[in-house]
Amino acid sequence: MSESKPLGGKIFTRAFAVAFLFALIGGWFLIQRFAQGLGAVSNMSDGFPWGLWITYDVVIGTALGCGGFAMAILVYILNKGEYHPLVRSALLTSVFGYSLAAFSVFIDIGRYWNFHHVLLPQYWNFSSVLLEVALCIALYVAVLWIEFSPAFLEKGGGPQASKGVNRIMFIFIAFGVLLPTMHQSSLGTLMVISGYKLSPLWQTPFLPLLFLISAVAMGFALTVFESFVSSLAFGRPLETKMIGKLAGVIPGLLIAFLVVRWGDLAFRGAFGAAFGGGWPMIMFWVENILFILPVVMLLPRPNREKAGTLCLAAFWMVMAGAVYRFNVFLVGFSPAPGWSYFPAAPEIFVTLGIVSVEVMGYLIFVRALPVLPEPERA
Amino acid sequence: MKCGECREVDVGTTSRAGNLSRRDFIKICSAAAVYMGLPAAMGAKIAQAATARRLPVIWVSGQECTGCTESLLRTDHPDFAHLILDLISLEYSETLNAGAGEQAEAALQASVKAGGYVMVAEGSFPLKDGGIYCKVGGRTIVDIAAEVASSAAAVIGIGSCASWGGMPSATAVDMGGKSPTGAVGIAEALESKGVKTPVVNIPGCPPNGYNFLSTVLYFVTFGKLPEVDDKARPKFAYGRLIHENCERRPHFDAGRFAEQFGDDGHRQGYCLYKLGCKGPETFNNCSTLTYNDVGASAWPVGMGAPCFGCSEADVGFTAPLHSPARPIYVTPPALFTGVDGGPKGKATTGGALVGGAVIGAVVGAGIVTAKKTGKKAEEES
Repeated sequence: MSESKPLGGKIFTRAFAVAFLFALIGGWFLIQRFAQGLGAVSNMSDGFPWGLWITYDVVIGTALGCGGFAMAILVYILNKGEYHPLVRSALLTSVFGYSLAAFSVFIDIGRYWNFHHVLLPQYWNFSSVLLEVALCIALYVAVLWIEFSPAFLEKGGGPQASKGVNRIMFIFIAFGVLLPTMHQSSLGTLMVISGYKLSPLWQTPFLPLLFLISAVAMGFALTVFESFVSSLAFGRPLETKMIGKLAGVIPGLLIAFLVVRWGDLAFRGAFGAAFGGGWPMIMFWVENILFILPVVMLLPRPNREKAGTLCLAAFWMVMAGAVYRFNVFLVGFSPAPGWSYFPAAPEIFVTLGIVSVEVMGYLIFVRALPVLPEPERA
Repeated sequence: MKCGECREVDVGTTSRAGNLSRRDFIKICSAAAVYMGLPAAMGAKIAQAATARRLPVIWVSGQECTGCTESLLRTDHPDFAHLILDLISLEYSETLNAGAGEQAEAALQASVKAGGYVMVAEGSFPLKDGGIYCKVGGRTIVDIAAEVASSAAAVIGIGSCASWGGMPSATAVDMGGKSPTGAVGIAEALESKGVKTPVVNIPGCPPNGYNFLSTVLYFVTFGKLPEVDDKARPKFAYGRLIHENCERRPHFDAGRFAEQFGDDGHRQGYCLYKLGCKGPETFNNCSTLTYNDVGASAWPVGMGAPCFGCSEADVGFTAPLHSPARPIYVTPPALFTGVDGGPKGKATTGGALVGGAVIGAVVGAGIVTAKKTGKKAEEES
């Protein structure tokens, strides 16, 4: 594992300071949330018991954290060893994405003092989709940290230190592929059971499949985008060649997604709702344009060799997956007449704070631990 | 005490009290079976037993307000007429006797002489000064109760007064901390007279008519009294705390309490614990059975009045009405926070501004990153 090495350099940069400021603001509102209750900072209600925190921090956050999952499929299942240098940075994003998603659940649930119940078998309800998601995510957080542990070991003891762990790592890699397959699709199942409350534009028994495909696509896209961002931020050479090949997976995944998505809409005869007016109509088209854009941009091979196009396409792909999840969990969801939801400002600041902690964590880890590939090998 | 020892009054298959069809009758018996936690199929057995023989009942009233009878009069399936004319044979009741005076007392004497009946005691029984504080026909009620009970198959104490003295046994400071009449429940009154007939208590002020009715039907069907707890209350009705199944329990768990009568929390149906609700220390089934067949929430806590613990010996008429209960199983954490408060739902200017800014910043950053990447790629090549 000599292909990665710590970046070194000053940790408290200007970017770090900005992230720190947002983390402080988020922390201030978190204190209010625990001192005065959910109502003090959040617009959630009995009609919308899930708001921004679950939709962004958990549903989108874990999908963004699917980089580790997507790369594991590619490198270990499909045996494409050439992409191995990208695995560890993708894993790092997953580690933070998932750990903070679990933390978001803790701040989101009203009776947070019962949080540990999810780990106690006597409280399990086996007909609950949420139980599957919760257990899977809890287990996967642990698996991710184990998968990432060689970075810590190599930091202290050099490249040889992780040999022991690596010998049994295949078990955790196997879990690391199995678990997200289960819970990323179950995140879709969560909304299948909401029945007619979800607009026909999104309600379908295919939700689990659509969530799984889009999560894998988002994982790849974020790995691509992140590679460019770290090249820019840390002044490293671009990894266009490897990244361009990797991005070749994305159009295929997206076409599969769109075939299922539009085929299902047509089959259910729900397409009329796409012209039904209101926010659902607008957001449906925003979502679909965002999905089609990266296909159009990445399908011609020459485009995949242009760093700028690659980067923008990956960004639109990430946005498409995010908007799709927002649509399913909030925009298309109408519990009963009269309920509405838009996140309150403090709620958004808490989410920004959590994202900032992720950014800070990433900055510290890539500088201190062997995460990013050595430039000449990239 | 076997019901075989009970005297059979008459055998009827059709209703004497109106148009009760056999189907309705079996429904009533099945409902009673369910109240007692028996399988619904037991309803048929109960119906069979209840039609095979009508259980003679003698109702003895001590120091009471007639509230228990009044409450029973308001049950609906079966209504009281069916109860006393079809299911049991009410032979003597001061409230409901058709006759009066010597005629009524003669009926009582005849019935006692015949034996094989169940005695229902309503109200408390004064023991002080030889029991002179409550008399009927010149005799003290304690003597009458002892005489009736000594020939009875079983005694059912209906209401808190008959169970352990209830309101008349409440102590008074100017009486030296004692009850003015030395009022006690039927079990203690019979014990003082050396009568050993088994007693089952149906406490409550008033008790739910169905708890009484189910106990009677259980006796008719199985020939024995139902299983009771240490206060001689049937376990099927008094086995659980009111608090355990209370409709306001989620508010308790989440720390949402009404702090004053009529305050915001009280209007929203929050937990009444802080207003002195004794649900956490009172065993009864009010929260699941409710009263008088008028639908959901027809019980004190459902109406916003804290439970005062009427069916608990040392709570109702003893503990101050609005002092907090002494919870038996669970105590409310002091640090619970509410989930309500703050503006709901609609986008506020602040939220929309911050949300818009974030979306703008993210999209902007994405595009700028792509542009810079393109530029950097040109420089590198």
